[in-house]
Amino acid sequence: MNPEKAPIIQMKNIEKHFGSVIALAGVSLEVFPGECHCLLGDNGAGKSTFIKTMSGVHQPTHGEIYFEGKPMSFGDPRDAISAGIATVHQHLAMIPLMSVSRNFFMGNEPVKKVGPMKFFDHERANQVTMDEMRKMGINLRGPDQAVGTLSGGERQTVAIARAVHFGAKVLILDEPTSALGVRQTANVLATIDKVRKQGIAVVFITHNVRHALAVGDRFTVLNRGQTLGTAQRGQITPEELQDLMAGGQELVALEGSLGGTV
Amino acid sequence: MSNAPTETAVDERIKTRSRFREAMIRPELGGIVGTVAVFTFFLLFAFDSGMFNSQGIMNWTTVSAQFMIIAVGACLLMIAGEFDLSVGSMIGFAGMLIAIFSVTLSWPVWLAILATFALCIAIGALNGYIVIRTGLPSFIVTLAFLFILRGFAIFLPQVIERKTIIGGIKDVAEGDWLAPIFGGKIFTGLFQWMGDTGIIAVFERGSRKGQPVVDGIPMLIVWAIILVIFGHILLTKTKFGNWIFAAGGDAEAARNSGVPVNKVKVLMFMFTAFCATVFAVCQVMEFGSAGADRGVLKEFEAIIAVVIGGALLTGGYGSVLGAALGALIFGVVQQGLFFAGVESSLFRVFLGVILLGAVILNTYIRRIITGER
Repeated sequence: MNPEKAPIIQMKNIEKHFGSVIALAGVSLEVFPGECHCLLGDNGAGKSTFIKTMSGVHQPTHGEIYFEGKPMSFGDPRDAISAGIATVHQHLAMIPLMSVSRNFFMGNEPVKKVGPMKFFDHERANQVTMDEMRKMGINLRGPDQAVGTLSGGERQTVAIARAVHFGAKVLILDEPTSALGVRQTANVLATIDKVRKQGIAVVFITHNVRHALAVGDRFTVLNRGQTLGTAQRGQITPEELQDLMAGGQELVALEGSLGGTV
Repeated sequence: MSNAPTETAVDERIKTRSRFREAMIRPELGGIVGTVAVFTFFLLFAFDSGMFNSQGIMNWTTVSAQFMIIAVGACLLMIAGEFDLSVGSMIGFAGMLIAIFSVTLSWPVWLAILATFALCIAIGALNGYIVIRTGLPSFIVTLAFLFILRGFAIFLPQVIERKTIIGGIKDVAEGDWLAPIFGGKIFTGLFQWMGDTGIIAVFERGSRKGQPVVDGIPMLIVWAIILVIFGHILLTKTKFGNWIFAAGGDAEAARNSGVPVNKVKVLMFMFTAFCATVFAVCQVMEFGSAGADRGVLKEFEAIIAVVIGGALLTGGYGSVLGAALGALIFGVVQQGLFFAGVESSLFRVFLGVILLGAVILNTYIRRIITGER
């Protein structure tokens, strides 16, 4: 990472309590523009809670969020989105019954005025959609093709393209590859790479070490609501990362019998 | 994208679709086919029964228009992912309110109408609010209101007037400025001229001798046409329309994209209540009375029209034009069987059959759209 660059988002000592459950016990993280920051952790490690705090769904119990150097508190996801923090959820991003074009502009519909009335500008929406999809390497039959006909990887790509088109500065990807096949995963990882090169900060949540190492610049591991440290690319081996995620020793014993295949 | 070299090439696994198949995945398809079939049938078997003279046409057009008014509301609400089973009771309740306000309380009719609209739309909003706050299925919440509103529609006139039908609204509506918007007729001059020139039939004897048997287009039909056009434009040509599809398609995904799903749903409940009230006011103005049993089963008739029109019961897909065609099929068949002299109970058999057929067709279309197997 370029050290003189300022982080676009800083999370300092974030704590989140749900009643008597401490979901996050002081997590710190900073993300720089143009980097792909991988957030790893096993199920229940607090990854989801953490990114929900980042995207305005939850308010932290303690801790501070700095966005572009200024302290920020997001009241709801709307605030975060308008600030430039976009989240792409694994399943909850696209509506299968609606066309790609309608999905692409969902919540951000372009309008044209006819007299005093405003109408959905389908022509522009269709054109932009086709252009953006071509850039991402997806061939559509037409802008009115339903999202339901796209593959899982293509859907993720459409969602990412949409977030980028609407000016995301920080892109949070919540397990975008977890339900995908090999080829589709490769496509999504390639898309992440493209987006990063445009100077957008990517927060990539996954529990697959290989996917993380394929595109990640830095890696932060969460375990039981705490950070186990952040590592630079090249400073850590897949095995070390795997061990960190599993919280230390348990997996090592298991791994023996599995022959290092996990 | 070195790892995906064939991406820009045409994917050989996507079959090119024929024009026919493209046409298949229009939501209105079922409605269009049904309309053609129904008209063909009745033109063949009931042409000389009077179904297609001016009076007959007005007869089934009026019935169809009634269905259309409530179908537009039900259609948009269903696409937004919710149901309203209280539509029928709302019709009875709204009619009763107008009668009580204008006849019993002697309010001016325009005030009675406006107050009824305000109250009924507020009840629609309450329906929606309960649904989104509790997360309960709208089926249950509005089923409760089906009973609550029907109960009041019977209770109120019994307590106040000691009867279940309140009449005399025609008299109090005389000279009112708002009442003709719902109970009046337009193009009466045109119809008189058509009668004079012999294009349409006129009365041959009696006090109305020389007047055309159909003397104008009832406002009920005008309302139906306006609501259909409004609903169609709202759904397909506006930003809000996209939100309606999104709210019903997947509320969570829509929320993630910043669509105000709750607002959309509550507004659609309010719009459904508005449509039910329009129906009620037109009916009360036409009959000159309000009855406690008005509108029974209308909620299901509206839903059936919407489903025949191609909307999915699960939301997120449908068409207002389709729903209007569904309402037309409904009206034509109901009245057509009467003209053709068929036992009227068979209408219900027909309804059940066509409903089942429509649902199966819709499921098939849905699979084509989403590529599911």
